[in-house]
Amino acid sequence: MLSFDKQTLLAALHRILPADAVLCETEDLRPYECDGLSAYRELPMIVCLPHTIEQVQAILRVCYKMQVPVVARGAGTGLSGGALPLKNGVLLSLAKFMCILEIDTANRIARVQPGVRNLAISQAAAPYGLYYAPDPSSQIACTIGGNVAENSGGVHCLKYGLTVHNVLGLKVLAMDGELLEIGGATLDSPGYDLLALMTGSEGLLGVIVEVTVKLLPKPERAQVVLAAFDDVVKAGAAVGDIISAGIIPGGLEMMDNPAIRAAEAFVHAGYPVDAAAILLCELDGTNEEVSEQILRVRELLQVAGATQVRTARDDAERLKFWAGRKAAFPAVGRLSPDYYCMDGTIPRKRLPEVLKRIAELSAEYQLPVANVFHAGDGNLHPLILYDANKPGELERTEEFGGKILELCIAVGGTITGEHGVGVEKIGQMCVQFAPQELAQFHAVKHAFDPQGLLNPGKAVPTLHRCAEFGAMHVHKGALPFPGLERF
Amino acid sequence: MAANADISSVLQEKVLDAIAQHIPMRIVGRNTKAFYGRADVSEPLSVAGHCGVISYEPTELVITARAGSSLAEIEALLATQGQMLPFEPPYFGAQAEDTLGGTIACGFSGPRRPYAGSVRDVVLGVKVLTGKGEILKFGGQVMKNVAGFDVSRLMVGALGTLGVLLEISLKVLPKAESEKTQVFSCDVQEAIRRMNAWAGQSLPLSAAMFADGQLYIRLSGSHAGLSEACRNLGGESLAESDALWSSVRDHAHVFFQGDSSLWRISVPPATPLIDISGSWLIEWGGAQRWLKTSMASEAVRERVAAAKGHATLFRGSGLQGPQGQIFHPLSPALMALHQRLKAEFDPHGILNRGRMYADW
Ligand SMILES: Cc1cc2nc3c(=O)[nH]c(=O)nc-3n(C[C@H](O)[C@H](O)[C@H](O)COP(=O)(O)OP(=O)(O)OC[C@H]3O[C@@H](n4cnc5c(N)ncnc54)[C@H](O)[C@@H]3O)c2cc1C
Repeated sequence: MLSFDKQTLLAALHRILPADAVLCETEDLRPYECDGLSAYRELPMIVCLPHTIEQVQAILRVCYKMQVPVVARGAGTGLSGGALPLKNGVLLSLAKFMCILEIDTANRIARVQPGVRNLAISQAAAPYGLYYAPDPSSQIACTIGGNVAENSGGVHCLKYGLTVHNVLGLKVLAMDGELLEIGGATLDSPGYDLLALMTGSEGLLGVIVEVTVKLLPKPERAQVVLAAFDDVVKAGAAVGDIISAGIIPGGLEMMDNPAIRAAEAFVHAGYPVDAAAILLCELDGTNEEVSEQILRVRELLQVAGATQVRTARDDAERLKFWAGRKAAFPAVGRLSPDYYCMDGTIPRKRLPEVLKRIAELSAEYQLPVANVFHAGDGNLHPLILYDANKPGELERTEEFGGKILELCIAVGGTITGEHGVGVEKIGQMCVQFAPQELAQFHAVKHAFDPQGLLNPGKAVPTLHRCAEFGAMHVHKGALPFPGLERF
Repeated sequence: MAANADISSVLQEKVLDAIAQHIPMRIVGRNTKAFYGRADVSEPLSVAGHCGVISYEPTELVITARAGSSLAEIEALLATQGQMLPFEPPYFGAQAEDTLGGTIACGFSGPRRPYAGSVRDVVLGVKVLTGKGEILKFGGQVMKNVAGFDVSRLMVGALGTLGVLLEISLKVLPKAESEKTQVFSCDVQEAIRRMNAWAGQSLPLSAAMFADGQLYIRLSGSHAGLSEACRNLGGESLAESDALWSSVRDHAHVFFQGDSSLWRISVPPATPLIDISGSWLIEWGGAQRWLKTSMASEAVRERVAAAKGHATLFRGSGLQGPQGQIFHPLSPALMALHQRLKAEFDPHGILNRGRMYADW
């Protein structure tokens, strides 16, 4: 039973938006039924495609009054089901907010609408020698609004930070339509750090309608070194060696053999296909500094046992090396009907045991895994290959994935480094956090959205849900929520 | 030997007592930052005894320490491994007895901030004792973590109004092989223009300030890289420059002496000099500016707001100080949200009440 009347709602939305910006026919809704985590699908009741802040405000006011849940959506590339629609809710697409409002070269900032694609910002800033640093592999498609909502990372975030480090200001609409101006063009702002709270809030706290980002000068020079190893453990150790030597590379990525093979077959990046692992280490900065660091890194890699160390000859080869890494997900996707991308972070030194355990689990579940790893900052992306058409295989994959996440927690890491919790990892949130901590997250949400209408059911599990999940799991050796009824 | 003690359960008892008896408390480390924020005369809750480094992993670039730990001891420990706190924290205590917790709660960063990030940027996780008397952990010890809302960073600069910081995990970075400072004589507008032009180029900048007709630019990196960069920049090289940067960082520089009110002005970095009479010291490549003026608060705030900035009365006295409005006024919508957040962390209003804004 809905608490509101769909026809009344539609009539109200039609008063706000032109006819072609309110969708409710099944075939029109279909493209919105899932995000990048396509294993979860649901048709929304209505899709709205506003293009002004006033329209979003009016939509939110109507939904607030009628108690209709709202799910914001950027490009729908999210990998945790954050933008999964609700069948009795409005899906609010920000896709029409595509304007770059201002590039302020003197202050090195860009003010953009939330539907602007990540890469478009750097392209617009390029004529001034500037760029926007966080570069998720999905950067040609994903939106800056989605990036803020997920606190997305990229291959350069060890040195240049995540979205949270590169956003200065937001305009946000609260569920009741109130406009909040958070931060701006200054390095800090008075009061609480709401910018940090909004970043990574997965559409639960407010709808982002404008973003001010920092732009950085393009480094004078960037060079990539590719190193091959006959053993993933050696490659992992080499990462620690580079950092211990006081070098923070612009990017430091690792791929294991299945990922190397897949990427090589897909984009012909020139990877050594028989290596057990490769490291891609990008050094950037001034000319002299890069020259020096290249020499040191090559030496460190050789000492660490690399079987081959290659420096990209020119920028074309450098981009080719990166193209392989950036296409790793779709490349692995070609190997199998479906793949499931995990996203845990671990303390880097635990890498050998984690990889070993993943390999054991892979054998146990009889599902192959390719590993792609933001090695510099410990963010692991095991890609599980499966076939959703085989009965039971998706369920086995999810169980396997859940085991990997719990392994990340057990070694002192986290269930998600950059893809978000969404609907996907909501069960593991109960393992990572104690009930009082989850209750505090709900309290934060309550301060922003007391009715719980923004993206309900995502990111933070209810204690009830944890009790169900907990029936199968234990929290840090003890049964969670001993006080709660068991099912 | 550095002090090491876990008194979190004692602190928790005290907070629970305060809740039961409705007694507000002010959280105190070594009291080196008592000047900052609005005055609070309630019962002190001392966290200085909750101290010690819990873990430090140089290759993981992470340190975790209790809030009462001495900042100087932490920096000394990092230096043994050639590492540092990238935000270059200021020391406001006479004997550098500042604590880590106080620095995080105030959200203070030093000269390196615009180029290496702020204190909030490096906070990876916290353990906090809320005004409900609960000990909660958020974030963690890893570089990338998006599980749950970012409550850890919310604590930075919250001045203890949301909870008592117990433990903090921070990202650390290797120290540069060397640092050099170049000096240029120019006027203030030219200095602001140059600082911003250089920040838009590929240069290893690590600090930029203007004081007394001199523009100072610090560069950090490898020896070879720095020689190249210094050649490109020009100017004269300044020997013994560490003393200069730390004196500005810690407000020991002559500019900061005397009793007049001291304002901290945060503006978009390329903003030309704002028309407020008084003396200025410009830091952070133009983004942070110190102002000594006798102009009335409202007028200062108005002119700074017109330049899209905000003004904090960093040190002052009387109504133009701890009894008055320290931080820039918030819009009604944001103020209401702040109050709701405060109520969700400290529903009884017992922690550092009124330290940030009056009434809560
Ligand atoms: C091939 C591939 C590679 C990827 N590589 C990376 C990577 O390297 N690093 C990385 O971090 N991620 C990566 N991702 C994940 C994904 O691209 C990011 O999470 C991205 O930020 C999502 O942006 P989006 O516009 O598609 O958002 P959506 O998927 O549409 O939405 C994501 C979440 O944000 C919310 N949201 C969207 N817009 C708004 C708004 N304006 N206001 C409030 N909430 C909003 C939604 O409700 C949802 O919860 C990858 C995905 C794919 C498919």
